Amino acid sequence: MALVEVSGLKPFSEPTGQFFGTRQTHLVDRPNHYSFGTSIPEFAVPVGEEPSGFLKSCNKDGGVCIDMNHGTTTLAFKFRHGVIVAVDSRASAGRYLASNDVNKVIEINPYLLGTMSGSAADCQYWERLLAKECRLYRLRNNHRISVAAASKLLCNMMLGYKGMGLSVGSMVCGWDKEGPGLYYVDENGTRLSGRMFSTGCGNGYAYGVVDSGYREDMTVEEAYELGCRGIAHATHRDAYSGGVVNMYHMQEDGWIKVCKEDVSQLIHRYKEGMF
Amino acid sequence: MAARYDRAITVFSPDGHLFQVEYAQEAVKKGSTAVGIRGKDIVVLGVEKKSVAKLQEERTVRKICALDEHVCMAFAGLTADARIVINRARVECQSHRLTVEDPVTVEYITRYIATLKQRYTQSNGRRPFGISALIVGFDYDGTPRLYQTDPSGTYHAWKANAIGRSAKTVREFLEKNYTEESITGDNEAIKLAIKALLEVVQSGGKNIELAVIRRNQPLKILESKEIENLVAEIEKEKEEEAEKKKQKKST
Repeated sequence: MALVEVSGLKPFSEPTGQFFGTRQTHLVDRPNHYSFGTSIPEFAVPVGEEPSGFLKSCNKDGGVCIDMNHGTTTLAFKFRHGVIVAVDSRASAGRYLASNDVNKVIEINPYLLGTMSGSAADCQYWERLLAKECRLYRLRNNHRISVAAASKLLCNMMLGYKGMGLSVGSMVCGWDKEGPGLYYVDENGTRLSGRMFSTGCGNGYAYGVVDSGYREDMTVEEAYELGCRGIAHATHRDAYSGGVVNMYHMQEDGWIKVCKEDVSQLIHRYKEGMF
Repeated sequence: MAARYDRAITVFSPDGHLFQVEYAQEAVKKGSTAVGIRGKDIVVLGVEKKSVAKLQEERTVRKICALDEHVCMAFAGLTADARIVINRARVECQSHRLTVEDPVTVEYITRYIATLKQRYTQSNGRRPFGISALIVGFDYDGTPRLYQTDPSGTYHAWKANAIGRSAKTVREFLEKNYTEESITGDNEAIKLAIKALLEVVQSGGKNIELAVIRRNQPLKILESKEIENLVAEIEKEKEEEAEKKKQKKST
């Protein structure tokens, strides 16, 4: 834990199998993954290496172009009856369309959802790790992890690799004893609680649509419509978003998957008000 | 040669005992008595104060320590070992607040302390902690809790318990006198703790230190005057009981 280091106490778990005699070796179970409460980083980065600088050098003209999967639109907002989460489903690699049917929402447990935007690989890996930590928390402590704590775990994972080229823009949504919860976490270690967030390169379009249609006392149907509109209009204008709208509704007794609508169908429906 | 001290000190005996742990439990039995009681809206910790030397400042000898605003513990055994455990527990309470944004539950911090103690029974070159601890407090949903840990690293929840020198006597007293009525009110629970300690402590109220936590309030250590008043009340009640019995017998 961060506080353990600041206060100068040595964390008990140290690497085993050092040298005979001169150093006391401790019996330690080392899980292979990031553990809640240890200060040992997940991946050992060689001393002196700078991953983000290395990546930049690769993307120069004439060099090997390593294009990470970017490009997406995700949005989530809290309202009277819970949280609406809506995401698109396109994965692009540079100008090439890798897939139009990607699942950008990870179902951590019946009360917690995480969205993914940025680098697909980073998001999938770290959020699945978050899901593992949430399950372990539930087993160890006999109650579900709170949304604040889950988002804090993800944020701390990001901070451990700050500056090393991770690209994660995620929203952690859930319902715990404090009510509906929505946190935005990104690779810089930003962690914000808020009523509405949108991430990805299509987020500008989504913000415009949702901001103009949002009311705290919307009915559930109106909220579903607003979520769909936000993603559909963003996919219409942003080349790197598209596919289908995957929408979830986080209620007091868990989330439900609302719909999976093709954006081209949606745009046809909305076309009456356009041009 | 440091190599000689690399091997574990706590090893199994042929008949399955961990002697170092059992010897640690003997060290606990030499410590001064501590008693803990879980009431309905209050949790009480009482310890037997060892008499201080003439030149010693009384306030530096504290056997009841707060781990966080809503959790505190008393111990029996080696004071120096307790200091280490309490320090680690206090850091863990704040670490938990930092990472999870919620105060610890009493069970969580007890589990942490117990895990810490167990690690020292399975480590190279280290001996177990020579303390038992009584950990009391309220969870964030308002439930009062009392837990006891011992040098082997096991922990259990209790309604009332005692550790240290005359733990057995005090526990028998509590088993007889801990009833639903005896803990109906805050004062009753406090008096029960004092009565339990008076069974084994010499020279009455001067050698008792008492601390209480009420729901949503921080730890409060009772002043010696309050304890003496309560002891006087208890004495009066005892006399009244004795009088009633005498009258019954004579009529």
